[in-house]
Amino acid sequence: MTDNKSPLPREGEGWEVVIGMEVHVQPTTRTKMFCGCAIAPLDAPPNTHTCPVCLGLPGVLPVINKAAVEACLKTGVALSCEIPRHTKFDRKNYMYPDLPKGYQISQYDLPMSHDGHLEVGERHVRIRRVHLEEDTGKLVHAGDRLHKAWESFVDLNRAGVPLMEIVSEPDIRSAEEARDYAMALRTLLRTVGASEADMEKGQLRAEPNISVRRPGTNELGVKTELKNINSFRNLYRAIDFEVKRQIEALESGQGIVQETRGWSDAEQRTFSQRTKEFAQDYRYFPEPDLPPLELDPAWIEDLRRALPELPEARRARLVSQYGLPLHDASLIAAERELADQFEGAVARGAPAKATANWLIGEPAARALSPDHLAEIVKLVSDGRINRDQARDVIGEVLNTGRPPSVIVSEGGLAQLSDASELEALVREVIAANPKAAADYKAGKQQALGALMAALKRKAPQANPKVANELLRKLLQ
Amino acid sequence: MTLDPTHLTISELRHLLDGREVSAQELLGLHLERIEAADADVKAFLRLTTTKAAEQAQAADRALRAGTAGPLAGIPMAVKDVLCVKGVETTAGSQILKGFKPPYTGTAVQRLFDAGAVMLGVTNCDEFAMGSSTENSSYFPTHNPWSLDRVPGGSSGGSAAAVAAGEATFSLGSDTGGSIRQPAALCGVIGMKPTYGRVSRYGLIAFASSLDQVGPFTRSVEDCALVLETMAGHDPLDSTCADRPNDVTRGLHDGVDKMRLGVPREYFEVEGMEPGVRLAIQKALKTLEAAGAELVDVSLPHTDYGLAAYYIIAPAECSSNLARFDGVRYGMSEQDVQNITEAYTKTRRKGFGAEVRRRVMLGTYALSSGYYDAYYLKAQKVRTLIKQDFDDAFAKCDAIVSGTSPTVAFPIGSRTQDPLSMYLCDVLTLGGNLAGLPGISVPCGMSEGLPVGLQVLAPQWREDTALRVARAYELAADMRVEVALVD
Repeated sequence: MTDNKSPLPREGEGWEVVIGMEVHVQPTTRTKMFCGCAIAPLDAPPNTHTCPVCLGLPGVLPVINKAAVEACLKTGVALSCEIPRHTKFDRKNYMYPDLPKGYQISQYDLPMSHDGHLEVGERHVRIRRVHLEEDTGKLVHAGDRLHKAWESFVDLNRAGVPLMEIVSEPDIRSAEEARDYAMALRTLLRTVGASEADMEKGQLRAEPNISVRRPGTNELGVKTELKNINSFRNLYRAIDFEVKRQIEALESGQGIVQETRGWSDAEQRTFSQRTKEFAQDYRYFPEPDLPPLELDPAWIEDLRRALPELPEARRARLVSQYGLPLHDASLIAAERELADQFEGAVARGAPAKATANWLIGEPAARALSPDHLAEIVKLVSDGRINRDQARDVIGEVLNTGRPPSVIVSEGGLAQLSDASELEALVREVIAANPKAAADYKAGKQQALGALMAALKRKAPQANPKVANELLRKLLQ
Repeated sequence: MTLDPTHLTISELRHLLDGREVSAQELLGLHLERIEAADADVKAFLRLTTTKAAEQAQAADRALRAGTAGPLAGIPMAVKDVLCVKGVETTAGSQILKGFKPPYTGTAVQRLFDAGAVMLGVTNCDEFAMGSSTENSSYFPTHNPWSLDRVPGGSSGGSAAAVAAGEATFSLGSDTGGSIRQPAALCGVIGMKPTYGRVSRYGLIAFASSLDQVGPFTRSVEDCALVLETMAGHDPLDSTCADRPNDVTRGLHDGVDKMRLGVPREYFEVEGMEPGVRLAIQKALKTLEAAGAELVDVSLPHTDYGLAAYYIIAPAECSSNLARFDGVRYGMSEQDVQNITEAYTKTRRKGFGAEVRRRVMLGTYALSSGYYDAYYLKAQKVRTLIKQDFDDAFAKCDAIVSGTSPTVAFPIGSRTQDPLSMYLCDVLTLGGNLAGLPGISVPCGMSEGLPVGLQVLAPQWREDTALRVARAYELAADMRVEVALVD
């Protein structure tokens, strides 16, 4: 996830990948951006969460949702942005049936925050701006595509839902980094409580701008923008595909056309959606229905002070406080729940490095409570069960909810380490496998493996280390 | 004093209603009769709301009997076709909204309803309030009750004419560049545009959001203060509506003794100022001087640029405000089309009149990339200079007095072929909109047998000053709004 061993992934092939990200995030609010309508659940019937304001009826006026402003400012602060004293909303004018007013209320030249950064692994990604705007509605076409549809329907449940747009500088250098950036952003947003940022629910939409260029050059290549990507995995795949497509096009002498491209999940490829031959003129101008906002520095300071520990700071603390390697700390700090679980288990006496290994290497361990995780890690490090047994115990805990210590003692899973008890078992195994025993005595070291396997089948609870020593001793 | 209730003021009717000399339902009947008699000629109303009026009059009578009546209980009013009233067809004088019945009532109108006012009907106006003569209505022109071959002014011509013709005791208009004050002057009634942000715009179909204000037409200054006070005040549904003390009636009867009234020389030198109008204004100034006011010379040096700035800013905002009329959700919708672009084009070409299309195109152009700085931004800078002019002037005086319109009512059809001459009607009023000031027009005599209006402008939030000067003039000149006797 944070593997940055090759910051210029395509250097060997002579191309540098340049990616800037535009991410739309729905802040956690009860109501829409400019009216009192509740945010519609995904399965709400069409046009059930609307009012004169978000329907754009004649005579209505917008009123700013303070919770959305606060979420946006928290995000700006968490991204180390500058927060201006003055900000304002602007109208972005264009006509489309999903845009009830014929303009979108957005922010143009005075965004709510600007010039921040986000550390993604070893990469310093500059944040250009974070601004607030409203979402559009949704069109449903009879037939599959707009130009073929014989009838289209407008659902305005989403019209007026608040959106934060987070725009990065083109500092990202690979598909992996782009995915990690989006994931890091999600963690940050969840940590500060600004958004649930669930990509599958459309609460986080990532639109990468991609171009390639020769390493060492400074100007940017012609870029394409990718849309309708609905998961982190597809974000990676779409960019990976697009980078290869661009390089092939350039190497075969074709140019890149500046355009918006969609990602087809079914076909696993990008396709041309809209060519930006001429830039649409949105005729931005200040929204006259909303007075400019004066942001009280004391309010911003309060928000800054109330921020929980951010992923970056936590990563550093995991290294300094628990002695974790940076790689482990990065992986664990990348998800707040994971880091909470780690610290909870360590607080209950589990050794830090072993706990980290379990969380990183064993996905099932992430589903355990910190209590149960701590018990299991301790059972293993005390030598009472081995790693294979621990996996079984985890499965059992998750199935039954019973504490690991109880499962181990009741199920006879506790490891047999006592040499005198083991000796009888080992003798039985030698007696049952005379050929292997003879081979070992004749100098074939590998034969010991066969004997150990036989012992494990007969007595899974046997401590492998003690059993191994016993075997060698008895076969001398 | 005539005793015909259709000629009386709100306070006079209040007296009769409270004394049980007339009931709200009787008043309603008398006004409907008057409308029946006069409106075939005047054409102030687009549609009557008789069922709603009957319900409201009945409720007013009940409240009067119960002693719970509001300050406007039983008072007949007319509402300009740009203010949304739940269930009442509201079209902004346009074909594109034909049949549109809002599912909600705007704040200003609701507050008047809550105070007991009885809505008679919806009055004619220039389409989307764009015009100065009501000839841009997509339905029919309204006629000036004082001379039926002349315009009532605009854009709120129907509301002004209804009060002038005895069809309504008061009415509501909207003023973006003079659309209340200019028709008030031309029809010989009182009309006021409040400070921008004094009255909620929620429910007002927007023309130019940064300039629009709702205001009243009445027959006395006191009535004007009362209606304004009832509508005014913070509204959580309009972020541009200020949370300030509702002090508009403060010191209403205190007179103008020792008050300094600024006379802007530029407002007496505007193009097309009629000598008869200038004379009537000068006479009014003498009356105020005699009442104790001190007249001081002030200058508004950027007056010449005001009209140009206004005709950039207002169309720019309107080009965006009117984008929602696309035939997708309500109003006119052309269905015989191949694609969405054609649907937009056909609907809007058919639904909007020539002046609206002109302004949408002007505004779209002014906001376009590459022209924005030269037009919209420059106009905003001029707007700042004009505000500065007023600030400088108000440092020397308490209020500014001038004519409201350079001319009296002009013949119907005389300016429709020349948009620029029509735009010049607003030259004395639009500065107040650009600067967000309160302004009132009071009748101050006649020229060529037609009414002339005196405009009083005051600093922002000083409606009290504007009303006090207007009231002092009304008293000193023994001015009484006459009802034009149309039959």
